Amino acid sequence: MNKTATHIIGARLLHALALAAFVAFALFPLFWLLKVSLTPDDLMYGEGVRLWPSRVTLDHYGSVLRHSQFPLFFRNSLIVSAATGLLATAAASAAGYAFSRFRFRGKAWVMGVMLVSQMFPLVIIVAPIFRLLSPLGLTNSLSGLVVVYTAFNTPFAAFLMQSFFEAIPKDLEEAAMMDGATRFQALRRVILPLTLPGLAATGGFVFTAAWSELLFSLMLNSSAAVSTFPAGLLGFVSKFSVDFGQMMAAGVLALLPVGAFFLLIQRYLVQGLTAGAVKG
Amino acid sequence: MATITLSNLSKDYGGGPVLRGIDLEIREGEFVALMGPSGCGKSTLLRLIAGLEEPSGGEIRIDGRRVNEVAPKDRDLAMVFQSYALYPHMTVRENMSFALKQRRLPQAEITRAVEGAAAKLGLTNLLERKPKALSGGQRQRVAMGRAIVRNPKAFLFDEPLSNLDARLREQMRYEIRKLHRELGATSVYVTHDQVEAMTMADRIVALNDGAIQQVGAPQELYDQPANLFVAGFLGSPPMNFVDATLAPDGALVAEGQTLARVSPPAGLAAGTTLTLGLRPERLALTDPTKGSAVRVDVVETTGTGRVVHLALGPQRLKLFTMDPRPLAPGDVVGLVVPPGAPLLFDPVSGARLS
Amino acid sequence: MSRALALRLEPYLYAAPSLLLIAAIMLVPLVTGLSYAFHDLILLDPLSGDFVGLDHFREMLDDDGFWTALRNTVVWTAVSVALQFGFGLILALLLDRPFPGRGLVQALVFLPWAVPGFLSGLTWAWLFNPVIGPLPHWLHGLGLLATPENILSDPHLALWGPIAANVWWGIPFFAITLLAALQSIPKDIYEAAAMDGAGPLLRFRRVTLPLLAPTIAITVMLRTVWVANFAELIVVMTKGGPADATQILSSYIFTLAFQRLDFGYASAVAAVLLVLLLAYAAAVMVLRHAMTERA
Repeated sequence: MNKTATHIIGARLLHALALAAFVAFALFPLFWLLKVSLTPDDLMYGEGVRLWPSRVTLDHYGSVLRHSQFPLFFRNSLIVSAATGLLATAAASAAGYAFSRFRFRGKAWVMGVMLVSQMFPLVIIVAPIFRLLSPLGLTNSLSGLVVVYTAFNTPFAAFLMQSFFEAIPKDLEEAAMMDGATRFQALRRVILPLTLPGLAATGGFVFTAAWSELLFSLMLNSSAAVSTFPAGLLGFVSKFSVDFGQMMAAGVLALLPVGAFFLLIQRYLVQGLTAGAVKG
Repeated sequence: MATITLSNLSKDYGGGPVLRGIDLEIREGEFVALMGPSGCGKSTLLRLIAGLEEPSGGEIRIDGRRVNEVAPKDRDLAMVFQSYALYPHMTVRENMSFALKQRRLPQAEITRAVEGAAAKLGLTNLLERKPKALSGGQRQRVAMGRAIVRNPKAFLFDEPLSNLDARLREQMRYEIRKLHRELGATSVYVTHDQVEAMTMADRIVALNDGAIQQVGAPQELYDQPANLFVAGFLGSPPMNFVDATLAPDGALVAEGQTLARVSPPAGLAAGTTLTLGLRPERLALTDPTKGSAVRVDVVETTGTGRVVHLALGPQRLKLFTMDPRPLAPGDVVGLVVPPGAPLLFDPVSGARLS
Repeated sequence: MSRALALRLEPYLYAAPSLLLIAAIMLVPLVTGLSYAFHDLILLDPLSGDFVGLDHFREMLDDDGFWTALRNTVVWTAVSVALQFGFGLILALLLDRPFPGRGLVQALVFLPWAVPGFLSGLTWAWLFNPVIGPLPHWLHGLGLLATPENILSDPHLALWGPIAANVWWGIPFFAITLLAALQSIPKDIYEAAAMDGAGPLLRFRRVTLPLLAPTIAITVMLRTVWVANFAELIVVMTKGGPADATQILSSYIFTLAFQRLDFGYASAVAAVLLVLLLAYAAAVMVLRHAMTERA
């Protein structure tokens, strides 16, 4: 009896310690980012590797927000990511719905093509896309990035949405169709309201992916006026590579929207991701 | 209220026919049960009528109008699903209003219809609840309410009671039947439960392997089943099937014992092997000297009587009796088959011979 | 339009927006990009553009940069995925049993996944920087480094920097996926196994692993392909250096295309990478099929 109790407490302790280690590992780099961003310049080198500086300052945030183009980059990223999130989720919902509810000729091919589109090195299509978008005036433009990001993110988002639709019984839209709705009305009035968590998770996922994208942002948009945050930050890093405080303050700012989004939706991702990934 | 006519209807998903050659006329105001084991095609047939599936061949008419090309929403049929398919994000009231809103009826009329239907089903106090907050029986009623509020041409029921416990099921059987009498609406009711089909339907359509086996009133199917499938599907405990031989004098001989005598059906030669269908409740017990000698195997008490499992040589029979005589496994008793009780079937084709 | 035709078209209408977009922005450019592999295409060089057949592929055979990158790709991918998977599985198992505060812990340990790739690259680059990062000092303290230097500037060690960032960043993906798969295993199977006298380890080996195997095979496959293509961390942290010691194929392609502007040769290397990845994916699928057939 006593031995079993000790055993259980020991197992709990081990469990808690292991989790604590994971939490520490996950948070430490972010903590460090935050710490350096708050360290005053005069302490930066002297106290460089201390866990917490003897004095903290918001100066770096102040100069990033007032004297740099980061507010502009931030705005650009917000526009691009939000638009991409909305468009890709809309397109992916329709496709995911088709995958979940219909059997149709060529379905395996369509899904195969979507899978392969996730597997090749995107570097290879930078130049062709540049050539495609340039005559349309979609380079050096936020709209161009939205189009490209929407295409990139739609396949995975479609698989994700498919798994959310699978969880909703077909009976519900059939009941709505018997009740006088077309399939589309049934989808809009019955199925989509029930998929809201799924839509949010998918939208958040796409938002995060668009927010993080660096390569195409760098290659398609050279003008600072239409730079996104990642491209802007990287430009800043290569120009002022010793101004650690400001770089990290900018990094923390870049992290805020996606971090907040993620904390809201991660619960639903656990529900949707496996099925999405596995079916993909 | 409507008539529904199916002619030569078939359905094939690509892996062989699920339904073939279905001809059926469902009359106005009639309560028809589509009955059969799982996989027999009964639900598919209902979904074809609903328009949720496309027929591969044949025709569906509602009130004489061909509806093969009509979308489900335009067929004006109401369906009660096995899962109830209540919209989880809507209250009971919204669930019941959905179809009427879809038709853009004036709000006052919707309210009146919903509250009328709710009163009829005892749902008045639950109107503002969501389905999650309802019991199984209440959900079932809401599903019914959603159907009747529309006053459709016909009701389609897809095993609506199979998720309820036995007592609720019995009660809902009665209520659905009563509603049908009040509304007089044409109803098509899919079930695998022979008790539901027997107790509720005006007519039963027995389906097996995608084809209609027999159509008729419940008692007719019970007393004069067209074949072994129908005979075996209806009745609990089910009908006994005994391999027997027809003697020249009309005696039916099984395991060396004469079980009964019949006037031999025309065209049936003596010595033919037959399958004998014997309803358990039509058999009686007597002393071993007076009837065919059989051995008692197992005795089950049901409360109203007893089900006695009997061994006739290697063959097994069940008998239902209210006879209070003491019975123990191993006893040898006499079996009496009253005249008129045996049904004769062709053992190969399964068809009834008479 | 007849209803039968409308019904037949319906699924395509739902799928059409996605398909058109993917075809226009991904597939057509992919074909164009692959066709560059057979052309002499150097940006800003008006004399280039000729069809050169398989020249680029022949060139590759003698290109040390290519072979180094190929070797690094294997190391980078195998080590990253193995560590991400191993730690991800442990984390998923830890999170699969209920405990107070699980929601919060789960959100925190999954957080790195939300960090943009380039930012996790930068963050880890800073952590490895002896001026403002603690890692060189810790590694020195542990006796793993002779002096607290930046491993990113040591050709023999530099690849471990991006790998560390990648593992940190990729654990949540596996943990989320495996956790979802774990939670879909019915609890009564474990109870049945426990009734049969199986201890925790045996239950894990005999029940959990076989049931997770299909998910594991697919996730590892997808992730491997993805990690092999994932150049961002390397580009951000080492730019492939020092002296191309940390180039993987995808970062090498990036360098060829955007620093040397040699799109033809870059596309040829990309084509090779694509073929290797497709062959790998096909092999995994065949293997998985064979395994599920047998089971």
